[in-house]
Amino acid sequence: MTDHAFHTPILVTKQPLLAASGLVKHYGTLTAVAGVDLTVHAGEVLGIVGESGSGKSTVLRLLNLEEPPDAGEYWLDVPEGMGQNLFTLDKLQRRLVRVLRIGIVYQNPHLGLRMRTTNGGNVAERLILAGERRFARLRGAAQDSLAISEFPADRIDDLPLQLSGGMQQRVQLAKAIALRPAVLLLDEPTTGLDVSIQAVVLDTFRRLQRELQLATVIVSHDLGVIRMLADRVMVMRAGRVIEQGLTDQVLEDPQHPYTQQLVNAKL
Amino acid sequence: MSNLLRVENFSKSFTVHQLGREIAAFAQVSFTLQAGQFVLLRGPNGVGKSTLLRCLYRTYLPTAGQAIYQSQAGAIDLARAADVDIVHLRRHEIGHVTQFLRPRPRVSALDFVAEPLLQEGVSAEDACREATHWLQAFGLKREIWAAYPATFSGGEQQKTNLVHALIQPRRLLLLDEPTAALDSGARTALAGRLRELKDQGVAMIGVFHHPEDVAGLVDHEILLQPPTGAERRYAE
Repeated sequence: MTDHAFHTPILVTKQPLLAASGLVKHYGTLTAVAGVDLTVHAGEVLGIVGESGSGKSTVLRLLNLEEPPDAGEYWLDVPEGMGQNLFTLDKLQRRLVRVLRIGIVYQNPHLGLRMRTTNGGNVAERLILAGERRFARLRGAAQDSLAISEFPADRIDDLPLQLSGGMQQRVQLAKAIALRPAVLLLDEPTTGLDVSIQAVVLDTFRRLQRELQLATVIVSHDLGVIRMLADRVMVMRAGRVIEQGLTDQVLEDPQHPYTQQLVNAKL
Repeated sequence: MSNLLRVENFSKSFTVHQLGREIAAFAQVSFTLQAGQFVLLRGPNGVGKSTLLRCLYRTYLPTAGQAIYQSQAGAIDLARAADVDIVHLRRHEIGHVTQFLRPRPRVSALDFVAEPLLQEGVSAEDACREATHWLQAFGLKREIWAAYPATFSGGEQQKTNLVHALIQPRRLLLLDEPTAALDSGARTALAGRLRELKDQGVAMIGVFHHPEDVAGLVDHEILLQPPTGAERRYAE
């Protein structure tokens, strides 16, 4: 195979907003993530694809500071990160980074939403965590975020429980961006939605991505979703990155035998 | 004048692991291109013309050789540039124009063609005005501007695609048979738009099934030869 050693960036000289290196995570004897490096610039979308069990969702949980890694370093270029490896920050500082700077949308809305709290309340919760207590502010901000996620204003006082899957994802998205984070993490955000609803939700992601210039990481096994959203993509297998590149290049001219198989099976 | 692009010994072959073999597309191609020049790629089907364009756009990874592009921020080898640099160039400097529209569901034709301008920070109002102008110029019926391109005829899709691809001026355009399904009115509009861009200094590399569509625009022709003694990959 050709040696595809690429040059270091010379046009994009800004440092990546997100950089992680040497991520390792074990669960008992199972190695879920076996040394993953990644970078994402502001305004860029990185896709992670792979089959179930490849470790892609674990990477996302590590990036969301949900659980500690067994090894690895993680930097975000935001004031709360204090120029340090986020994994070494104390619990309070880590929580601050997570609340203020990282938004996440899960495949399963039950993970991201309280089903018996109103839609507006779910979004406002993010602001309460950040210290906002004034009711008018909370409601205004929740309305704002829901509106830019294209959620209908007349349903703000309904419960997520009463919503369709596509609408629940919009509430999750509104919650994720309520504090205008720097990083957006998407874990199979449209899996399980009807194809037509999926398209609309994906379009909302695209628009927000463009308007807010987020550093986004999206995990999906759906190559169509990745093609539509991601600038670059990493292919994971058994906890490792086996190939990465521009999304269209990896999908149309895959180099690794496994990626060739994956792409041919899915397209 | 210095070259905008200098392609040297550019080669591409595909490794198909399932078949356990290497399939050559083109080999040892060299040429130069200056701002405002139009180079036409010629050669029989399957000789790798489209593949060459895709290698310059980095949809395909070139196997060997260099393509030194003079970007606004300095010289860069497209064959080996970092992915983030290629993303940057695609957003701001290099366009790839194909005959195929990849419509996104539930996005109207007008919104779709305005998107590259919005991406560059143009106001919604200006983007819409510009989009309207070009949809009209390419002869897309006004009644369908608000409709979803997925429902359009082949020719209508292609017009939408061309407006989308050409609305934002680039420094280098890679044109892959953009006239294939167009009616004569749209061909004329396209040739007019290309002429205008060329006069603004946009450089172009094109593959045209009917080169008469771009007669008067072409500065040089490059004839691609089938790689000798190797299997050829027949382009789609």
